[in-house]
Amino acid sequence: MPDFAIPEDVRPEDGYVGRRMPRIEDRSLLRGEGGFVDDVPVKKGTLHAAFVRSPHAHAEVVAIDASAALAMPGVFAVVTGADMAAETDPMIVGFENPIDYYGLAVDKVRYVGEPVVAVAATDRYRAEDAADLIRVTYNVLPAVVDPVTACEPDAPKLHPRSDSNCVSKRHFVHGEPDRAFAEAECTTELTIRYPRNSITPMETYAAVVEANSETGGFDVLSNFQGPFSVHTVMALALRLRTAALRHRSPKNSGGSFGSKLVIFPYIVVLCVLARKARRPVKWIEDRLEHLSASSVAPNRVTKVEAAYTKDGTVTGLRLTHWDDHGAYLRAPMPAPIYRMHGVSTNGYGIRHLEVTNHIVSTNKCPTGAVRGFGGPQLYFAVERMMQRIAVLTGQDPLDLIRKNLITADMFPYKAVAGSLLDSGDYHRTVDETVEQGDLAALKRKRDAARAEGRLYGIGYAACVEPSQSNMGYISTVKTGRERERAGPKDGAVASVTVAVDALGSVNVIGDSVPQGQGHQTALAQIVADQLGLTPDDVVVALDTDTAKDGWSIAAGNYSCRFAPASASAAHQAATRVREKMARIAAANLNVPADNVEFTDGNIHAANNPDNAIPFYRIGGLAHWSPSSLPDDVEPGIRETAMWNAPELTPTTAKDEINTSLAYGFGFDFCGVEVDPDTGVVTVDRYVSAHDCGTILNPGLAEGQIRGSWASAYGATFLEEFCYEEDGTFRSGTFAEYLVPTAAELPDIRLVHPTPHPSPYTRLGAKGIAEGNQYTTPVCIANAVADALGIADIRLPLRPARVLEWLQGEEPPPSAAVAPDEAAGEPARPTIDGSGEMQVPATPEQVWALLLDPERMARIVPGCERLEAAGDNSFAGTVVLGAGPVKGRFEARIDLTDLERPHRARLVGAADGPLGSSRGSGAFELAAQDGGTLVRYRYSVELSGKVAAVGGRMIRGAARQLIDRFLRALVREAGGEATDTPPRGLAGRLRRLAGGRT
Amino acid sequence: MKPAPFDYVRPESIEEAVAALAEHGDEARVLAGGQSLMPMLNMRLVRPEILVDINRIPGLAGIDDEGDCIAIGGAVTQGDLADWPDLAATLPVVADALPHVGHFQTRNRGTVCGSLCHADPSSELPLCLALLDGGIELRSARGVRTVSADEFQQGILTTAKAPDELAVRARLPKARQGERFAFREFHLRHGDFAIVAVAARRAGDAVSLAVGGVADRPEVCHWESLPDDAVDDALNDLAWALGGSDDIHATARHRRQLVRHLGRQAIAATAGNRAAA
Amino acid sequence: MKRLNRDGRYPVRFTLNGMPEEGFAEPRMLLTDFLRQEIGATGTHVACEHGVCGACTIRVGGKAVRACLMLAVQADGAGIETIEGLTEPDGSLGPLQQAFHENFALQCGFCTPGFLMTLSEYLEKNPDPTVEEIKVALSGNLCRCTGYHEIINASLDAAKAQRERRRQQD
Repeated sequence: MPDFAIPEDVRPEDGYVGRRMPRIEDRSLLRGEGGFVDDVPVKKGTLHAAFVRSPHAHAEVVAIDASAALAMPGVFAVVTGADMAAETDPMIVGFENPIDYYGLAVDKVRYVGEPVVAVAATDRYRAEDAADLIRVTYNVLPAVVDPVTACEPDAPKLHPRSDSNCVSKRHFVHGEPDRAFAEAECTTELTIRYPRNSITPMETYAAVVEANSETGGFDVLSNFQGPFSVHTVMALALRLRTAALRHRSPKNSGGSFGSKLVIFPYIVVLCVLARKARRPVKWIEDRLEHLSASSVAPNRVTKVEAAYTKDGTVTGLRLTHWDDHGAYLRAPMPAPIYRMHGVSTNGYGIRHLEVTNHIVSTNKCPTGAVRGFGGPQLYFAVERMMQRIAVLTGQDPLDLIRKNLITADMFPYKAVAGSLLDSGDYHRTVDETVEQGDLAALKRKRDAARAEGRLYGIGYAACVEPSQSNMGYISTVKTGRERERAGPKDGAVASVTVAVDALGSVNVIGDSVPQGQGHQTALAQIVADQLGLTPDDVVVALDTDTAKDGWSIAAGNYSCRFAPASASAAHQAATRVREKMARIAAANLNVPADNVEFTDGNIHAANNPDNAIPFYRIGGLAHWSPSSLPDDVEPGIRETAMWNAPELTPTTAKDEINTSLAYGFGFDFCGVEVDPDTGVVTVDRYVSAHDCGTILNPGLAEGQIRGSWASAYGATFLEEFCYEEDGTFRSGTFAEYLVPTAAELPDIRLVHPTPHPSPYTRLGAKGIAEGNQYTTPVCIANAVADALGIADIRLPLRPARVLEWLQGEEPPPSAAVAPDEAAGEPARPTIDGSGEMQVPATPEQVWALLLDPERMARIVPGCERLEAAGDNSFAGTVVLGAGPVKGRFEARIDLTDLERPHRARLVGAADGPLGSSRGSGAFELAAQDGGTLVRYRYSVELSGKVAAVGGRMIRGAARQLIDRFLRALVREAGGEATDTPPRGLAGRLRRLAGGRT
Repeated sequence: MKPAPFDYVRPESIEEAVAALAEHGDEARVLAGGQSLMPMLNMRLVRPEILVDINRIPGLAGIDDEGDCIAIGGAVTQGDLADWPDLAATLPVVADALPHVGHFQTRNRGTVCGSLCHADPSSELPLCLALLDGGIELRSARGVRTVSADEFQQGILTTAKAPDELAVRARLPKARQGERFAFREFHLRHGDFAIVAVAARRAGDAVSLAVGGVADRPEVCHWESLPDDAVDDALNDLAWALGGSDDIHATARHRRQLVRHLGRQAIAATAGNRAAA
Repeated sequence: MKRLNRDGRYPVRFTLNGMPEEGFAEPRMLLTDFLRQEIGATGTHVACEHGVCGACTIRVGGKAVRACLMLAVQADGAGIETIEGLTEPDGSLGPLQQAFHENFALQCGFCTPGFLMTLSEYLEKNPDPTVEEIKVALSGNLCRCTGYHEIINASLDAAKAQRERRRQQD
């Protein structure tokens, strides 16, 4: 059994912490024996849920007809927004706000993919069949997707209880920023637009929910990741005592990166569904659901202004943020922006700061936690600004960074907005990185490349990496007066229990809810060290159960909580076990308890290893012979630590907040080359260093760095949730939302700087998992800015976008290509077209045809039924699509502004399971050559499923349909259809080639 | 993401297959490798009444050298073709393009004819069919016909194949003495559909360039002669004439630039290397 | 030619890692769901159901394929291999699994079965791959935890271990 053995080189005298010990978790995962939610057996009769989702970005829900679905065999229940509003309370957020959120749309839908109806059936296939049969009637409303536009007074409003989409605005002044700017030698500003992305874990949301008649509540199994403060949100929404909502998480979770926080609204909906269906209900979110409607990081617009001296010392900073949270706020939103508030000045000694936070609602998927949690957005603005100031002051950006970083003698350093930076030597980390990463060689490479005329740039980025969030920081969104009313919030309690049984086996449970980070392994290392055992003597179970475990509101896996908090709690619990066992052993060894050591499964006198008693014997005594224990020692051995750090204090009256306990430091530099022919940016070299204090297990820590690098690379180059201006969602599949693969991800050089352990955590460990989310996007952006000599860098760095930056005017076509043939559609949400066509009938005949439903039924592609629906209106059923992709749509066409037989305008709508389409057009009829010249133009928009998954082909497919319609029109009028566009194009190509083929 | 219900038949001969297609017409879909159809079924973008699974029809499994052409049976996978020892010598441009068609796991099931019938405008095999001016043999209960590439590929996901027809083989003309080929593709990730893909052929002075990913189907431009100093202007006009539009991955302008850039590379490559055997 | 009706459930039999298995499936049931729900072989994971992520990769007739792009009824009579079959008969980790373990090549483990089954075929076809070849071979499998670096190292180690084993067997 080689995988169970601990390699020889991880048996050092000085313990297991810090050693590269292979993971315990692998033993089951590599055998296909993991225990993810979907692997856990469920009761026979458990139903499966599916959701009807909105195809519209913004619309009133006029009517819902689920009768056909409910009549289907195997369908047990449906739940609508009206049910949710009747049976639950809106899910609360950490401050007063005008948003009522129930998990299902009530009265209005506010983003594409929003759940509207939940249905439970015997299996997922039937649940989807039923969802297809549920008819929802919408009244489409104008949408808004840009957070700055959304704050304008005439923007479409999302929430009726507010007259603005800016649901919270707070203004912070730390130091004297006005004076700093007034007295500054120089000032400059930059506007950043940080895109919307997520890390899309491989396992999607998963939950099994069952009503519990004993408690009147529910038993839930899900891959919810915490923080468990949100357990309260669910219980309150369900109008339950919190203890009546029992939540369990299984032993494995397939990644989360923050995303599995916001499964909680679904859990609330599923509880209502299970109650109605009177059966357990299981839901495994599918990938389309996940991409369109689970959770994303807020995109953000930031105007950053800096005041600085001529030599580049930054004296003041102003940050104005428009943080785009999409359609709803869900707890703990808008936390990301406040989590980073204390470190708004990064690691720089800037003492004057002004911050304005607009928390904005738009018609997009609501936000949640994503690895980095507000950091990528903030540091992109700050570190881009540092690069700009270096350019403007004519110095190397690295010199500027060094000039402004706080120095080693300043720790612990209270940043102006309140973060208490615990330890570090940022200059030393930078120096070590420059040295080990060989910056000098990279500079030579850049110079050589530039000498050849190549576009090569170097970028730098520094970041303070916060870990273990203060549960009180979100209160910073409230005013001081509101905070006073609500009572103090602070701290971050972590719980670990260590137990020793009657044969000396050690069991550990904890509240860290891992999603693959190797917590079992790290906790086994920590506890083994305290008890003189090997990690294999320690069994760590990290599945959780709110009904039985020690836990508190901070429980869960987020914001780099494990290394500072859970590791400290484990250390504390193990220390208590050790102290207790030492007292029992001391009585047996006849030595003082503080003179006892634990080594190799024995407890012995420190100065006489032969005076020893086996570890298991002490376990046995504690359980089998309480009478033999010292008088003040309780029987049994089970210690639960509820660990907290006193440094996590509440927000002060001056809005200063120490948002996190331990702050690591990261510093990266990179070299990139831009290909002027394709716009491709190649990362030639990337060097990354993170001082995260004590490293518990280098194998795990490096995995976190490399994993963070990969997702940050994705955010920099590939990953974005794209919305059209009208709210149409475009990134619905893994072929649209692009995740880096092994083939394109460059390797990075990891530098190991001298660690500076945290004085505030028990092992000196700080978080490590988020650093590259902060540094990588802006480090690469700074390198591109250096390569191209431009200021405005926007992510992701799609080659098409980079090409625009580096190319001037595009060469026009020659006269051989007629201007109208030089197509190329601009980026618009609509599919627009116009043209003219000769029809062999008089205008009067064509007019009559266009207003005759029977004849139109023969012309409209895929028309199954069309009838008059009032004056100049038609309604019917059409089957539309391209090739095999087709769906049945309910369509309606209204003709207006009729001038018989000359011109008319028309508006139409079509709705079906594939999505929803709105269009308008106009035509003019003119007699010509014995027939009629029809001039037409149209504008069509598509939203919903087909727009989300088929964006690459949708324009062409729509044009194809319109072409079919026009050809049929000619045929119906008695003519011969002309060439299809592809053949028209072929003719054009022949002309280009000189007509010789 | 589960398919809507459908019936399923697994014919064991071409006759059985075309009979099933004749019976069900537009309500039936042919299931070959399923690498395009199955995602569309799972997303319920396609809802056939019946699937006709042709994977176990022995007569569709062969790759045959017919002298002028290589005939690739309707159930031959992309992986089978890639592993076929004579491929590089007979169809060098296909040999170059195949590694870009998805990933080896999808090529293990995805069929050559299935990819042609799916008619994705960005896909590599339809591009090769267009450049080589190959043909598709379509069988139905009504008979057999062979349709040329230009006639077969009509637009986005749209071909000349009637609902009752089965693509029993694709015929790709073999490289002739003196012909030189090149293939270039731009994608954001390996294995993705191309943003732009080009395939070039040079035979004497004549140059052909097929472009995928821009128009609604792969388009071929032929020049009887294309001197080096005329290449840039010719490609610029071609780039503009092909049209193309913006999507979330690339802009129309970027596509034009890629037509110019990849076209130049491919045409230059046909002048220099890779002579057909 | 038997027509399987949409509402019917039909027997599907195949060998799974060398052992005969049998269950019932509607025509539309995906092979992934059949393996997990009918057979109980939950080692194969489902993550995108549109053939992009590779998590559900298994071997059918020796070939690595996306199980989410196959119907259960299509697998009737096939020989199927999954992650559960990579473990040695004595219960210890096989060379691929061992290399992943030693290299920290998995974190959450959700994508891992797909990587292992991809490599299981690939390293048979190419027993001595270069780093670049491995990167391309793995490009059809998404991992969001590791950044691939350790997976690539594990692949190279596994290839080496398998070459060594084959050399000893010869």
